[in-house]
Amino acid sequence: MHITEEQSERHVLSLTVANEAGILARIAGMFTARGYNIESLTVADITQDHSISRITIVTNGPPRVIDQIIAQLDRLVPVHRVVDLTEAGPYVERELALVKVAGTGDHRIEALRLAEVFRAKVVDTTIESFIFEITGTTEKIDTFVGLMRQIGLVEIGRTGVVGLIRGKDPI
Amino acid sequence: MADSQAVTQGNAGAGNRPKTTHKERSGADILCECLVDLGVEVVFGYPGGAVLPIYDALYAHPRIKHILVRHEQAATHAAEGYARSTGKPGVVLVTSGPGATNAITGITDALMDSIPMVVITGQVATHLIGTDAFQEADTVGLTRHCTKHNYLVKSPTKLAHVIHEAFHIATSGRPGPVVIDIPKDVQVATAPYARPEPIDHPSYRPQVKADPRLIESAVEMLMAAERPILYTGGGIINSGPEASTLLRELAEMTGAPVTSTLMGLGSYPASGGQWLGMLGMHGTYEANFAMNKADLILCLGARFDDRVTGRLDAFSPNSKKIHVDIDRSSVNKNVLVDLPVIGDVGSVMADMIAMLKKRGYAKPDFSEWWARIDGWRARRSLDYVEGGEEIMPQRAIADLFTATRGKNVIITTEVGQHQMWAAQHFHFDDPNKWLTSGGLGTMGYGLPAAIGAQLGNPDALVIDIAGDASIQMNIQELGTATQYRLPVKIFILNNEYMGMVRQWQELTYESRYSESYSDSLPDFVKLAEAYGWTAIRIESHADLASGIQRMIDTPGPVLVDCRVAKLSNCFPMIPSGAAHTDMLLDPSMVSGTMDDEAKALV
Ligand SMILES: Cc1ncc(C[n+]2csc(CCOP(=O)(O)OP(=O)(O)O)c2C)c(N)n1
Ligand SMILES: [Mg+2]
Repeated sequence: MHITEEQSERHVLSLTVANEAGILARIAGMFTARGYNIESLTVADITQDHSISRITIVTNGPPRVIDQIIAQLDRLVPVHRVVDLTEAGPYVERELALVKVAGTGDHRIEALRLAEVFRAKVVDTTIESFIFEITGTTEKIDTFVGLMRQIGLVEIGRTGVVGLIRGKDPI
Repeated sequence: MADSQAVTQGNAGAGNRPKTTHKERSGADILCECLVDLGVEVVFGYPGGAVLPIYDALYAHPRIKHILVRHEQAATHAAEGYARSTGKPGVVLVTSGPGATNAITGITDALMDSIPMVVITGQVATHLIGTDAFQEADTVGLTRHCTKHNYLVKSPTKLAHVIHEAFHIATSGRPGPVVIDIPKDVQVATAPYARPEPIDHPSYRPQVKADPRLIESAVEMLMAAERPILYTGGGIINSGPEASTLLRELAEMTGAPVTSTLMGLGSYPASGGQWLGMLGMHGTYEANFAMNKADLILCLGARFDDRVTGRLDAFSPNSKKIHVDIDRSSVNKNVLVDLPVIGDVGSVMADMIAMLKKRGYAKPDFSEWWARIDGWRARRSLDYVEGGEEIMPQRAIADLFTATRGKNVIITTEVGQHQMWAAQHFHFDDPNKWLTSGGLGTMGYGLPAAIGAQLGNPDALVIDIAGDASIQMNIQELGTATQYRLPVKIFILNNEYMGMVRQWQELTYESRYSESYSDSLPDFVKLAEAYGWTAIRIESHADLASGIQRMIDTPGPVLVDCRVAKLSNCFPMIPSGAAHTDMLLDPSMVSGTMDDEAKALV
């Protein structure tokens, strides 16, 4: 007997939730309990009184599973709203990464040149290293990191994705 | 913090002080006050260090009756039995650590079967949380995914609101268990108490009324159907007795056949002419075939569980499907449907009936459809061969049913063959009379559930139809029934096996009975007598009727050890992963092995 898997799609989900103790565990635990994937998850409170947080989750799965994920999230008591940005129309998504690169000579010059092409900022420097700050889509950051890997990548920190619907209206 | 009774001065010219005249009370008193305000009459519980302040507040309480169980798991099942038979939420009170962990099985059971329940757990004092203190367990962490919602209350000022909100969440929408973890210092500290405003929750708003356009589509699909079937489930029971009345009306109006899941038995009367019996793995031939050949399935408060659908790609291949459910996540989870209708099933049925009437709907002629159904009925799939002197378990249940007819009977069960035989051979005409662990299939459910049901229905004849293995899982509750003089009856179908396990081993593993024999069974009669129960042993067919009669006629709790045929199996059966049409009707159809795909399914 072999176990078969279905074709997956990537979706970006945007949630507003009550900013209360245990909310992250509740959401992340629901994903593990039901066998769903999390590619990235970001969270921060977004109202003046700190009562509501926005959580952005990048997940993947077959369309039926994505529908289930949304329904399961929606049914958690502290979840106000769940929107599938991927379905809801054009949206902007961004991620921030800090990328540490070490090297001297040609590699160092090449790293700076690439950073310029990618509009990455230098936020720390020593004679032998840089930390670049780069924002963009996940794909752009992946490409940048891939290039740096060849010329002295030391380590990276990434925030995970945040996203908003384009245009004047809220999600 | 212990010196309570501090009175906040309201209008004593104290300037900007909050204007309140409420006496301060301890967290424990606030809890009791809330329970009274919420109409709670019975609490099932077990004391311990972390709930002593609450137990002190409950001491000789004039309004709240505390039922001392013998194990916290039993408190949760008793609360389920109480809830399922009365429609009111079941309430549980247990201590921290082992008290809370022991309650987890019943909490999970309530989640799976959508039973309204509020579980109050004691916790170590707030400053000790996270220090691995004595009897500390991360109760909110442990119960996060087996509750509908849970809370850790860190201040007595929040307690009243949380308790009221917890009851609201447990009882509304799709009901379920809610845990409130209360640290010991919060039980002792004081705060003013005022009855909270009605709950207006910012994010939790279950949809009760369905979109009228969907009702219209549903009605149109129903009017166009030639071979409809009403597939009903536990949601109808949860919605309340009116929903069962509405189902009967809808069935009567349409003339459509009705089947039900294990959890929905009683919502449509088994004596009704349109009743096909239960569907699914141990459902009737006619129910499963009608589902398979229908052109419209109207699913009312059921969830297309794997025990019902069998092999998914062969499940009712030619039907349109309407799914009425209050929980959106139940829709399209297992089976893709044509029309989801999100709302309370009672409200949806009322709307559908109103719309059918408005459209001048006349009962269609389904005689061709019924002729086919009658053909399937003629297979008499629940028939069994009598065993002479040996009591067939099905016969025992049938006789129990006949002997208790016309009485106000509530049946609970344990889990196994006896449970399925009870579902097949005991017939329910009303909702809230059949209490069983469906989703989780928890052995040990039946006796505590019977205790809970008896407390909620003092005049009912409450019988736990049990198995010899399952009954041992919460046998200690014999003592609880004795203590509170609850006249519950236990009817053990004693086959000296974990019969259901043995049956699967016969089907799949060439009868290698690995660990499924009930060795070293206690003498149930002596055991029951030791707890102060009356006990009866029935050993042969000749004694069956009189034994049952004696059980019914004897006041107080009675245990019956009914020795039944050891090797009978429960048919019909759709093996795991098989299609509805591949039903095994009797032992001659069992081959003894299965392929790996089937072996991998539960
Ligand atoms: C707590 C728990 N453990 C294990 C099981 C698996 N199981 C299902 S039925 C069964 C046997 C039940 O035996 P018995 O109570 O004698 O009932 P019978 O099938 O013989 O009628 C077992 C072990 C279960 N359902 N629940
Ligand atoms: Mg048995």
